[in-house]
Amino acid sequence: MLTTGTIIFGVFALVVIASALGMLLSRNAIYAALFLVLNFATVAVLYLILGAPFIALVQITVYAGSIMVLFLFVIMLLGAEKLPAGEPLGHHRWIALLFGLVFLAELALFLVYRAGMRAAVNTPPLEFGSPAAVGMSLFQKYALPFEITGFILVVATVGAILLTRGEGFKGRKRTLEIQSQDK
Amino acid sequence: MDGAMILEWVIKSIFLILVMTGGFAYVTLYERKVLARIQVRIGPNRAGPFGVLQPVADGIKLIFKEELVPAKADKLIFTLAPVLTVIPALIITAVVPWGTEVTLFGRTIKLYLADINIAVLYLMAVTSISIYGIALAGWSSNNKYATLGGLRATAQMISYELALGFAMIVPVMMAGSMSLVDIVESQKPVWFVFVQPLAFLIYFIAALAEINRSPFDMPEAEQELTAGYHTEYSGMKFALFFMAEYIKMIAISMIGSSLFLGGYRGPFVDQLPALGPLYLFIKVAIVLFVIIWIRATLPRIRYDRLMQFGWKVLFPLALLNVFVTGVVLILVGG
Amino acid sequence: MLNDWSYVAIFTVISMFLPAAAIAIASFLAPKKPNPIKNSIYECGVETVGATWVQFKVQYYIYTLVFLLFDVEIIFLYPWAVAYNQLPLFAVVEVIIFILILLGGLLYAWRKGALEWV
Repeated sequence: MLTTGTIIFGVFALVVIASALGMLLSRNAIYAALFLVLNFATVAVLYLILGAPFIALVQITVYAGSIMVLFLFVIMLLGAEKLPAGEPLGHHRWIALLFGLVFLAELALFLVYRAGMRAAVNTPPLEFGSPAAVGMSLFQKYALPFEITGFILVVATVGAILLTRGEGFKGRKRTLEIQSQDK
Repeated sequence: MDGAMILEWVIKSIFLILVMTGGFAYVTLYERKVLARIQVRIGPNRAGPFGVLQPVADGIKLIFKEELVPAKADKLIFTLAPVLTVIPALIITAVVPWGTEVTLFGRTIKLYLADINIAVLYLMAVTSISIYGIALAGWSSNNKYATLGGLRATAQMISYELALGFAMIVPVMMAGSMSLVDIVESQKPVWFVFVQPLAFLIYFIAALAEINRSPFDMPEAEQELTAGYHTEYSGMKFALFFMAEYIKMIAISMIGSSLFLGGYRGPFVDQLPALGPLYLFIKVAIVLFVIIWIRATLPRIRYDRLMQFGWKVLFPLALLNVFVTGVVLILVGG
Repeated sequence: MLNDWSYVAIFTVISMFLPAAAIAIASFLAPKKPNPIKNSIYECGVETVGATWVQFKVQYYIYTLVFLLFDVEIIFLYPWAVAYNQLPLFAVVEVIIFILILLGGLLYAWRKGALEWV
């Protein structure tokens, strides 16, 4: 029962895994960030194939389009492209490997024992992911979480500004003083 | 979806790409001609009658130019960056309709590539992706001018993307759909520019900043940054950046026409759908003329003022516009 | 609807060929005579001083952070704009409150001088 959709899905899934590996293994931070962009974009394609175009485009706009731009900026602005050659925390690698193996085993167990679970998921109606449907449920059923998201965004703004402009305040005042002296 | 359908869409895609590339070539000529006329000059007139072969000559010249790659540059990203700049500029046009449908060779052909129900969000997504090419071009050149230009361009693009996003919400609210075909069709009684002049103005300004056109061409300010992010590029790679810029100009004109100026709609278009692309072409040509006119008229805006204008004037204004539109639509619609 | 997405996919794949072909053709046809001076970094004929990839102005990064937050907000407003005609008054008021909350965030950033180019 290999349909075209399944094959395309498989190909893109492989790209997702490959780009994730590339992100982990590249020594240059810019390349790692670009691999992550590729990863986000291909995950968006997976959403698209699964019939959720809205989520797919949100994934591209927010993750690939703004979060990764932020990452790229931080890497570029800090001049931190090249990682040092050696591993700074050598023994962490083994612990990470151990945890990774445990996680893989968990996944395998899940696949073996819960394979029957997949049948329980109903196929959603075709219009399920349409923007109007998303809007209807977002603004009626999930109204409170939506408003809380607004608050979280504001808190994040405040936090980001406080963290980055700790001493910037003085800097601004000084600039203003210099400007007023000029006049 | 059968073979003939796929073939139809492949042909349409190639056709659209050729139109955009040819459009790029002739928009450069159009720009030089209009600029020359505004500055009381004649403009290119040697290659062919009225200089119509000038783009061809430019293209051939650029193909045979030597391509330099700085020794200290990041070679892979340096080559990748122009490609990453051109692709978003091209694919953003996929959702713009040129007409309804015509019958050609006995089969009905839809005059648009794709009618997706979240087309406006697609525009946002592609716009946000288009930042990478420029940022990476600036960074990978390992040149201070280029890096600075790339950073400036990126910061400017994201700042104006917010206002752009809010300006594009307004037609979506009016039409009740994100499909560009629906948005154009719902402008049958009246173009949205007459109902929402402020949104159109915000869209236009933000889009100009988004594609780094003057007066927002600070990232390429010759006097201080040489050529900005493409300082180190030459030959075909430079041509690709040039191409991306002009294709983006055409794209924002097409999108702006579809969102606010009635797109392919015009007199008798319902009886004769083949007129659709013609109307769209005329509208795009007029918007392009305004863009060139602005370049000829306005001086470049200083970078700090540019950022402040984006964040403190355009963005709150766009937000307020969405707010007021929402309230007014309730009061009017009940 | 998924059909339309496959047209976008076809178009994307084909449009990738254009820049790739342009670069490939140029690499065949263009002359290649590099020398160290040609391949040095352009800096008005003067040798470049210091590294390019250094720590740089933090203001760019603050703009990106603030942008990220408002980008998420815009994304939330799109489904609202589409469903606008079908939504009850409650939902519209809800979004207006959401916009006001985020306007508070913008005002905070404004007051704290985060939008200032310094």
